[in-house]
Amino acid sequence: MSAPLVPLSDEELRRRRVRRNSIALGLVLGFVVLLFYVLTIVKMGPNVFTQRDL
Amino acid sequence: MAFVDDSKGYIATAGGARVEDYVALLKPRVMSLVVFTAIIGLLLAPGGVNPVIGVIAILCIAVGAGGSGALNMWYDADIDAVMSRTANRPIPSGRVSRGEALAVGMICSGFSVATLGLATNWVAAALLAFTIFFYAVVYTMWLKRATPQNIVIGGAAGAFPPMIGWAAVTGDVSLPSIVLFLIIFLWTPPHFWALALYKQGDYGAAGIPMLPNVAGEAATKQQILIYSGILVATSFVPNVIHMSGWLYGAIAFASGASFLYLAWKLYRSPDGLSMKKIARSLFTYSLGYLFVIFLALITDHIGQLAGWVA
Repeated sequence: MSAPLVPLSDEELRRRRVRRNSIALGLVLGFVVLLFYVLTIVKMGPNVFTQRDL
Repeated sequence: MAFVDDSKGYIATAGGARVEDYVALLKPRVMSLVVFTAIIGLLLAPGGVNPVIGVIAILCIAVGAGGSGALNMWYDADIDAVMSRTANRPIPSGRVSRGEALAVGMICSGFSVATLGLATNWVAAALLAFTIFFYAVVYTMWLKRATPQNIVIGGAAGAFPPMIGWAAVTGDVSLPSIVLFLIIFLWTPPHFWALALYKQGDYGAAGIPMLPNVAGEAATKQQILIYSGILVATSFVPNVIHMSGWLYGAIAFASGASFLYLAWKLYRSPDGLSMKKIARSLFTYSLGYLFVIFLALITDHIGQLAGWVA
């Protein structure tokens, strides 16, 4: 038998919203890092893989 | 000097905003039109671009448009609260504070311009920066509340994206990209005046000097007809300058004729409920019209490259 449903308190709802916003912000920042990594690789072009005499 | 009166409330409770509210600040519906027209500009430009760079350029244009949307909501929170169409936006409904909206707008704007410059070229980045400035400062802070011609001049902000997409590839502003600009620029007045005709009570309550409130319905309907005529005539310029072929011309003719018919019907309609229905039809049709025209431009272009459109 499942436990009776208890409505969440305002504080709990606020904490969940803040947590969700933090995760979203983290994903956005991660995406920005990935974006600049890909951009750098593309800008360097295919020679980055063939140029050995550095 | 304070540009915004913060004494009017709109103070959000800490942690009250959801992710969706921050997304809403970026005006995703407006953003979708910006993205669509920018993609067409980018694809029509001669020379082509690395697909990854192209995707990043479109992303930057989208984020820049979102940033200007957030700045618009930051400044316009007082009038958004009065109008039924905008009363549920994140700031007037109290879910996001004005300061947060300003921060989101500034970060998105700065990030998008800098990244577009680094990814493509600084002509495209400068055009994006100017577009954001034009929408947030020239239109939102000045023209919108000052003159009934607000959307005529302010429409330029929405017309720049295909030009930015084009510049991202070529690094310049040339005649075909100016034609793309002109089509959206001339499309904006009949589109928004049709909306203003059936929402004029809203604009009047908010104190926005839209044309129907200031010059009356008859003058607005006349202006819509005039601008529709100029728009449809301009839509044939791609054929005149040999930018597009017969396929685009045929689609521009058919969709333009329907646009003019609706504008004429609106012009001849008596004031009242039936007029508002026609205005609503024209507003909806004009959205589809712009989509079809730009889709026709790119379809014709692909057809020319493939050799099945002369």
